[in-house]
Amino acid sequence: MAADSQLIARQPHKPKLAVWKFTSCDGCQLSLLDCEDELLLLGQEVEIAYFMEASSKVEEGPYDISLVEGSITTPADLLRIQEVRRQSNFLVCIGACATAGGIQALRNFADVVEFTSAVYAEPTYIDTLKDSTPISAHVPVDFELQGCPINKLQLLEVISAFLNHRAPQISAHSVCIECKLKNNVCVWVAHGTPCMGPVTHAGCGALCPSYNRGCYACYGPKENPNGESLCHWWEEKLGADRSTVIENLRNFNGLAPHFKVISEKRERGQKGKS
Amino acid sequence: MDYRLQASDLECLIQAIRNKGYLLYGPTLIDGAITYGEIHSVSNLPQGWTDDQQAGQYRVMRRGDKAYFGYAVGPHSWKKYLQLPRRPVWKVAKQNQAIEIIEVQETVPKQAFLGVRSCELHAIAIQDRILSQGDYRNESYRQRRAQLFTVALNCTSAADTCFCTSMNTGPEVTLPSDLTMTEMIEGREHFFVISGGSEAGTKIMEKLPLRPISEGERKLAKERVERLAEEMRRGPRHFDSSDLKELLYRNLDSSNWEKVADRCLSCANCTMACPTCFCSTVEDTTDLSGEHAERWERWDSCFTADLSHISGGSVRADTRSRYRQWMTHKLASWHDQFDSSGCVGCGRCITWCPVGIDLTEEVRTIRALDQKQVRNQEKP
Repeated sequence: MAADSQLIARQPHKPKLAVWKFTSCDGCQLSLLDCEDELLLLGQEVEIAYFMEASSKVEEGPYDISLVEGSITTPADLLRIQEVRRQSNFLVCIGACATAGGIQALRNFADVVEFTSAVYAEPTYIDTLKDSTPISAHVPVDFELQGCPINKLQLLEVISAFLNHRAPQISAHSVCIECKLKNNVCVWVAHGTPCMGPVTHAGCGALCPSYNRGCYACYGPKENPNGESLCHWWEEKLGADRSTVIENLRNFNGLAPHFKVISEKRERGQKGKS
Repeated sequence: MDYRLQASDLECLIQAIRNKGYLLYGPTLIDGAITYGEIHSVSNLPQGWTDDQQAGQYRVMRRGDKAYFGYAVGPHSWKKYLQLPRRPVWKVAKQNQAIEIIEVQETVPKQAFLGVRSCELHAIAIQDRILSQGDYRNESYRQRRAQLFTVALNCTSAADTCFCTSMNTGPEVTLPSDLTMTEMIEGREHFFVISGGSEAGTKIMEKLPLRPISEGERKLAKERVERLAEEMRRGPRHFDSSDLKELLYRNLDSSNWEKVADRCLSCANCTMACPTCFCSTVEDTTDLSGEHAERWERWDSCFTADLSHISGGSVRADTRSRYRQWMTHKLASWHDQFDSSGCVGCGRCITWCPVGIDLTEEVRTIRALDQKQVRNQEKP
């Protein structure tokens, strides 16, 4: 469980930061290293105690704040996440793998044994779970930062908020608001481009629509999404076929409950309200 | 007093305004839409272009003539230049144990808008009442507004999504504007009927190669606008708005709210595109050291959970309550709060809703359900 942030504040030592990797591409933890200008300042404010991507020097726990990247896909992961939770006062999941199972959760919609036998010469060496699952399916988490990959400025915001005992300014609204704040012309309405923006969590700064592409929902579902209505319009008015709709729901956050329900319904050939 | 400005002399108007030190904004074609941007010369205007607007769909296309203003309102409104989408409010620095508040000094440019439609003048007037004159004034808005120069434009054509006649906000310009124009294309004649509405407007007119206008031309320009108004009144989106407040207050539990919520994405596009929606939030942030903090204001929307988040959660957690809040505020409680409707009938919320939710259709549905209920009650 998270410690009272007020208690942490009174601790004389610099807060200890740990970065953990589970099943992932490392892109999200790399965004911490991408914070080139702010990295030295971060080093002054926290003790980077465990960050294998950056240093093989390891400080023992417990850790004040843990950033957890990746999903749970192996029996070893199952045990290790429990230990990470025990060692962490404040646990933050970073990225689509940690918050929604990631792109590797596509296996959940298929047969993992079939996959491993098709991919590996000796599939018997592969010790993997049937499903890829988010961290929150196994341990309580204190904050989830969505995105594939996460936005480094949002990561700094979460760490700053933690250090200064305040709520992070991470808006859960749609990508559409980011588009409008940037003065973008809506690619959906003006060009007829299928775009996931209206159901997607803000955070990327409307990157794709800013370049006249539809949103791919890298940041997962926004709060209170209505994917059913979005898909209906894609199919009826924008001419998207069923496989396009399913693919877009299953890009990087396919296991996010809201996306999962709708894509499975589409797979079964059903539409509309259940 | 009306004058005639040859279309070929429109450049003179643009340069006369710019020479007075104004940053001139107007319609321009960007990314497949006629939106507002900086106008340096007449070549920035979308001459010969028009738009086709339907619920949830917008397309630009070529016109058969060389009209400069032959289209309706686009994806963004003028509010982006008056109520900025994002702006710093103040900054604070911690030194030793003291806290120093650093005032944000904004250099406010002198702005001019070219081609402001009647509905948009009404929208600006509505925002004025809230942000310039009300109890919660926005200094940034007030300063921008105080220096604003407007060239208004009578509409002679409308998009299918326009419904200004329902809201009594157009298509004829009736509110004060520094200059007001009507674009006329009659056979080979292409000109503007132009009149001044302020000292600043008259001063600009002195710089223009104006000609006197014939009574026939003046009448014709008026007829063009009146003809459009008549067409719109006969159109499918025209409705009686005189009793909207009572109608909506009576129907807070209408079954229609649930129906709209099935379609509504709560994406907030309608409120962002709306020229009167003024909701904003403030975001307080610190840097890593905690030595510096900033407060920023940015546009927010009643379609987000955060806008109504208080201790214990969001007051309007579901889409049903968010849509109802937006529509009843816009069309009903706005009257109680600001003495007018919050809707000017520009139709942006219809066009730019990704799933084409049509406010006029929702009004019609609620009215039909309301009348059905009244009839049922009257039955013995």
